[in-house]
Amino acid sequence: MKTRTVADVSSLPPYGFGTSASTWWGTLGFCAIEGTGFALAIGMYLYLAFNNPHWPLGFSRPVHWPGTVLTILLLLSLIPNVMVDRAARAHDLAKVRWLLVLLTGIGILAIALRFVEFYMLIPRWDSNAYGSIIWFLLGLHATHLITDVGDSVVLTALMFTKHGRAKRFADVSDNAFYWYFVVAAWLPIYYLVYWFPIL
Amino acid sequence: MPRAAAAMPRPANQRDTGLDDAELRERLAYTWGRRPGIIGWLTTVDHKEIGKRYLATAFVFLALGGLLAAIIRLQLARPEAHVVGPDLYNQIFTVHGANMMFLFAVPVMQAFSMYLVPLMVGTRNIAFGKVGAFSYWIYLAGGVFLWVSFVLDIGPDVGWFAYVPLSGPQYGIGKRADVWAQMITFTEVSSMAVAVETIVTVFKHRAPGMTLTQIPLFVWAMLVTAFMIIFAMPAVMVASTSLILDRLIGTHFFNQAEGGSAILFQHLFWFFGHPEVYIIFIPATGMVSAIIETFSRRPVFGHVAVIISLVGTGMLAFGLWVHHMFATGLPELGASFFTIMSMLIAIPSGLQIFCWLVTLLTGTPVIRTPLLFVFGFFFIFVLGGMTGVMVASIPIDLQVHDTYFVVAHFHYVLIGGAVFPLIGATYYWFPKITGRMMSERLGVWNFWLAFIGFNVAFFPMHILGILGMPRRVYTYQTDVGWDGLNLLSSAGAFILAASFALFFFNMLRSARVGPLAGPNPWGAGTLEWLAASPPPSHNFDHIPFVTHATPLWAERESLPIVTGISVNTREILITTLADARPEIREASPDSSIWPLIAAIATTIAFIASIFSPWAAVWGSALIGVTLVGWFWPKSMKEDEE
Repeated sequence: MKTRTVADVSSLPPYGFGTSASTWWGTLGFCAIEGTGFALAIGMYLYLAFNNPHWPLGFSRPVHWPGTVLTILLLLSLIPNVMVDRAARAHDLAKVRWLLVLLTGIGILAIALRFVEFYMLIPRWDSNAYGSIIWFLLGLHATHLITDVGDSVVLTALMFTKHGRAKRFADVSDNAFYWYFVVAAWLPIYYLVYWFPIL
Repeated sequence: MPRAAAAMPRPANQRDTGLDDAELRERLAYTWGRRPGIIGWLTTVDHKEIGKRYLATAFVFLALGGLLAAIIRLQLARPEAHVVGPDLYNQIFTVHGANMMFLFAVPVMQAFSMYLVPLMVGTRNIAFGKVGAFSYWIYLAGGVFLWVSFVLDIGPDVGWFAYVPLSGPQYGIGKRADVWAQMITFTEVSSMAVAVETIVTVFKHRAPGMTLTQIPLFVWAMLVTAFMIIFAMPAVMVASTSLILDRLIGTHFFNQAEGGSAILFQHLFWFFGHPEVYIIFIPATGMVSAIIETFSRRPVFGHVAVIISLVGTGMLAFGLWVHHMFATGLPELGASFFTIMSMLIAIPSGLQIFCWLVTLLTGTPVIRTPLLFVFGFFFIFVLGGMTGVMVASIPIDLQVHDTYFVVAHFHYVLIGGAVFPLIGATYYWFPKITGRMMSERLGVWNFWLAFIGFNVAFFPMHILGILGMPRRVYTYQTDVGWDGLNLLSSAGAFILAASFALFFFNMLRSARVGPLAGPNPWGAGTLEWLAASPPPSHNFDHIPFVTHATPLWAERESLPIVTGISVNTREILITTLADARPEIREASPDSSIWPLIAAIATTIAFIASIFSPWAAVWGSALIGVTLVGWFWPKSMKEDEE
């Protein structure tokens, strides 16, 4: 078939940030999948809570302090997270590097706090359905914490090599985007595990 | 197409602007072609190669599942038969159902999506090609895991939905239920990966100019399906993971005695399970739209109405799941809501059928095998839809629950609603995939054998169900009056099996000796027919500029194109979501062995974790290492593209 040229795209940039990049949409897709998983786990908690005559089953609510400290840490981490996203979009390598180191440190601290939470949970996962579901909720979120921190460690290392340039800044921006999801997903779980009313 | 062995001179940053056709084609084929030999086969990320593998594998699983169906029908052909015993029979019907749903029906639709969507939206590969390769290996591993387990007599025996407590730690002894649960994990990970790829491809990789309403209806159908997968499949993963936890480390999610709930499992399963029916059916409606459009020689009547119907069906499908649970004694008000929703979903489906009929009536239909299968779909699916409205009514459902009436209903819906369009679609797109036409004569035989065989096999089951024959019984007594209809059903099943044998024969034979097809043997209007048959590794020599929903019909004289794309790196054009304005040029992944390595690590972790909870820990670390290898840049060039 004969062709006729109607546009030339050679002047377009070779990578982009946010909604112009495929990776951003892919990350959003996986956030939707994982977010549905969180919503269903929360639904399981509520189903079990309202289908039992008393809740929590035979235990008092867990001590909230480790979870509260973790929550404050995660909320504070949003500040450097916003900063690293902006620095990445500005291609400011020095700033990106130290912010990534800071965020990775915060992430590792958050994982440590999660283990303190597990340690201080009174019902075990095999005590009864209440124990099972709160371990499940914390465990599900822990997998996301660990995944993102693992990703951040690799990305931080990458940004300290010769690869820390061009398209890698878009990767930093996407990593920051995923961290928002990890923090947002935690808030309803924090409420359910530590503050949900006694029925 | 294997990459040419001899390296070509490759000027840096060469673009397609001003190259003559022969040189352009040669350079693109080199850049996008796969490496030679077995390494090339294992490392390719080409959506067409992966799509063909998905198709071939799904058809193998169809044949294997069909063999199990044949054994079931042999066993039930006469009363008190002893072809197989009750234990093996339980495994056979479970593996038949699980195989057909998870290893055939969903993957085969995604296979067509993987192959066709990038071609239909005018791009050179699916988004995240490495993820596509990974998804295939994981799917294959999950399928092999199920079938090897079955051969080793540890095939699941708890029904395709594996209800607790039968599948729980108290009754589901051994590893059979774990095999079911972990097969779910394999196949759902695979499906969700393809769903994300499909969405990003449709949202961002469309040829410039292709606005949302100009997206082909098949692509719209796959887009809606992908969204449904994203929101439905996590439910079955949560269900199967919780089940494994109950079985392996003693959690109590589904243990009534410790505050858990067996009904909770059913809610989780059917929150996935009902949309699953539409995850299989909606792609088929996209196939029907494509076939009707081409063979009516006109665009589908009510193009936008069909899009709205697809989206509406996708949304309503999430409000039906409890109609599978009417017999569990749910509150009446809630059950009534789900009855209403179950009847409501007939409206968008009916609207689509109306648009198709108008298209046929106002077009100039050309009857070929693909269209015959669409006619078969109309007849069978409408019958299945009618029994669907019947079982949506609680009093009728309570009478026929767990009887052969339900077996008849869902085979009418699934085979009529999905498999008939799928076979029609295979006849339709086979020339594109292989470059050769399938035999029309054998196709007509194939259709009539399938149509007659199907109805003879499954219609009597309605009556058997009304007579009280329950599902999943491995035999029945001579004096209950079910023998004649069962024998008839078995006879029909073997006619249906013969139709599939003919279908496979036709495919295998035509792939070798069928008449050459050329790029557009049916005179169709969508972009996949612009590419050669079979398409080269880069799909199109030029990226088209789209002005119409059927661009090949709208632009008969000359095709508008865009230029400025690199020919010596794998580069694709990213466009805006709504109106597809060119936005950036983006790199598309090169071949890689890491998807296979990551899939092997994932398989080890998944299988080991049904034996030890610690496998989830060390298995995750193992997968993590492979993912670092996957993502770490292999050259400085990768950072720039």
